[in-house]
Amino acid sequence: MYKLWASILKDTKILLRDKVGLALIFGMPVLLVIIVTSIQNSAFQMVNKNKLTTVLCNKDTGAVSKQFITALDKVGLLNLIPVPASNNEKDIKQLVREKGAMIAILIPPDFSQNVHDKAKNVSSKALESFGLPADSNNKHVTSVPVTLYYDPVLQDAYRFSIEGAIQGALQLTGSSETLKQLYTSLNDKPLPDSTERELLGSQSPINEVPLSRNQRDVPNATQHNVPSWTIFAMFFIILSLGGSVVREKRSGSFIRLKTLPTPFWIGLLSKQLTYLVVTFLQAVIICCIGIWLFPHIGLPGLKLPTDTLALLVVTIACGWCAVSYAICIGVFAETQEQANGFGAMSVVILAAIGGLMVPSFAMPASFHTISKISPLHWCLQAYYELFLKDGTLANVLPNVLSLILIAIIFQALTLWGLRRKNLI
Amino acid sequence: MVTADAIDIQNVRFAYPRNEGEIYDHLNLKIKQGDRFGVFGPNGAGKTTLMNLMTGLLYPQEGSIKLLGHNTATRNKEINKLFGFVPQELSFYKELTPAENLHFFGAWAGLDGNTIMKRTRELLHILGLEDVRNKQVQTFSGGMKRRVNLAIGVIHNPKVLFLDEPTVGVDVQTRHAIISYLKELNNNGTTLVYTSHQLNEAEDLCNEMALIDEGKIVAKGSINELLEQHNTSSLENLFLKITGKSYRN
Repeated sequence: MYKLWASILKDTKILLRDKVGLALIFGMPVLLVIIVTSIQNSAFQMVNKNKLTTVLCNKDTGAVSKQFITALDKVGLLNLIPVPASNNEKDIKQLVREKGAMIAILIPPDFSQNVHDKAKNVSSKALESFGLPADSNNKHVTSVPVTLYYDPVLQDAYRFSIEGAIQGALQLTGSSETLKQLYTSLNDKPLPDSTERELLGSQSPINEVPLSRNQRDVPNATQHNVPSWTIFAMFFIILSLGGSVVREKRSGSFIRLKTLPTPFWIGLLSKQLTYLVVTFLQAVIICCIGIWLFPHIGLPGLKLPTDTLALLVVTIACGWCAVSYAICIGVFAETQEQANGFGAMSVVILAAIGGLMVPSFAMPASFHTISKISPLHWCLQAYYELFLKDGTLANVLPNVLSLILIAIIFQALTLWGLRRKNLI
Repeated sequence: MVTADAIDIQNVRFAYPRNEGEIYDHLNLKIKQGDRFGVFGPNGAGKTTLMNLMTGLLYPQEGSIKLLGHNTATRNKEINKLFGFVPQELSFYKELTPAENLHFFGAWAGLDGNTIMKRTRELLHILGLEDVRNKQVQTFSGGMKRRVNLAIGVIHNPKVLFLDEPTVGVDVQTRHAIISYLKELNNNGTTLVYTSHQLNEAEDLCNEMALIDEGKIVAKGSINELLEQHNTSSLENLFLKITGKSYRN
């Protein structure tokens, strides 16, 4: 026990004196979680609260285009900046740059007439199908497109959201116009505004319910990011621990320890316990930041899972897996540069295939199986089960067992590597 | 009662797994307790391999190596309490102070906290490291680091001490201090097994020696006997006479 204590003391002192290592272990993940959550929160809000600056050039003078603009404004996604109708495509591009906008919408000159003609056409067909007299002079009407200019920087997900909003506004405008035509044909008087509002505003509302085990708040950027970047931070201890193993190997300390009357597993256990505490501290610090700092900087506060024991077990399992991986890489790396370079790159790759950067469901089908080889995938699934679905220990047990299995494989590889290099 | 030899190597055959050819074939060597035994030879002669075999870092394919009567092949960690090892590399933690290094290695050598504290005080005093006991070793000069390396090897008062080039790269003062301390250890009963390329220093320190070349012991005995036998005046001349003057890799 005294040998283990002396070893833990040694590993702790070495860690505390490695200022760069400490900054990488604690400082970088804290920065990462704050920055990424802020960015993602802003992205979430862009769809929900923040409005995207949009240049609007309306070349149409009719009433329908005004109705379309009103409908578009009501969606709440865009901050519309009207510009004179005299602008051409080149001018619009210039205005987009000047106004700091990401998109521009161009309504063509005959938009109102086109929508009107289409509505008349549809209403005549409807009346005919009801067996009522209709205007028989209708001819086919070709749609005149509304043009959407967008900055290539705008990601597809946002562009699709904006397209959906424009389609919705066009649909509403078209429906309104068709309704007016039908009403006028049947009643020989214009559609009253109150009736129009009643007819067009009668869609069923959407009730959004997160599939968590009890009724919790809607998941937000914080609930998604804190677990992700905690896992990333845990695996990034490779930069300190992997390098430390390489230094001990290269300095000859491992060989010297082999000549002493103490089994080598005490050294390995000491490193694992020391760095397990480090990973635990990382999780605690990042969670504290999520709970207490985030609300002060305009981010949603972190809500901890109800099952605290499950959170503890998952954190220890993730930490142990991260520590085992770091030691394994340290044993096989010949130089500190190899350990740091390969370690950092491999963690980024494992994070990517594990679903930390792009959600697993958005990956190609072939990646669904590959992602399971990444320990970070199992860590993330376990944390998501707790933070997003408010799961219990029973729910995360399969993930925890997978992590333990992966950690055992890393431990076995470590022992094999140490024997192969005649270090134990 | 017959006293066991410090080292008793019998018919040892050893070859590295992935290398062609044997390093040692039927090697026999005895080192008596209390000796100051030097192992010399040109580069690549097999000195470090022999040191590794004696300290249990390597195991022979055939034959036996006994340390104070205990067969090293049993891999019994208790044997490791009997000897100390001072490798040529500065094998310690540069981020720690000398006292912290001694505490850690002392614990691994099987000492309790009080003994470690006592031995740390003694060793830092003897090796002139008292004033820097709380400074990180990475700030030390080469000579100071060598003294830390030596202190770690002797923290547990081993009966046999293996030293691989213990004075390489140090100034005259440090070399003198280290050699004096090693003689003092030997006077107190510690057997020294020592390799070095510093033949003047070896002549001063050792009473017995073996000259190794190409995996074979080409000369063995007391230094005076060997000098007389080969009619040479210094260990360096004896070395060149037996191993030749051509380059070794």
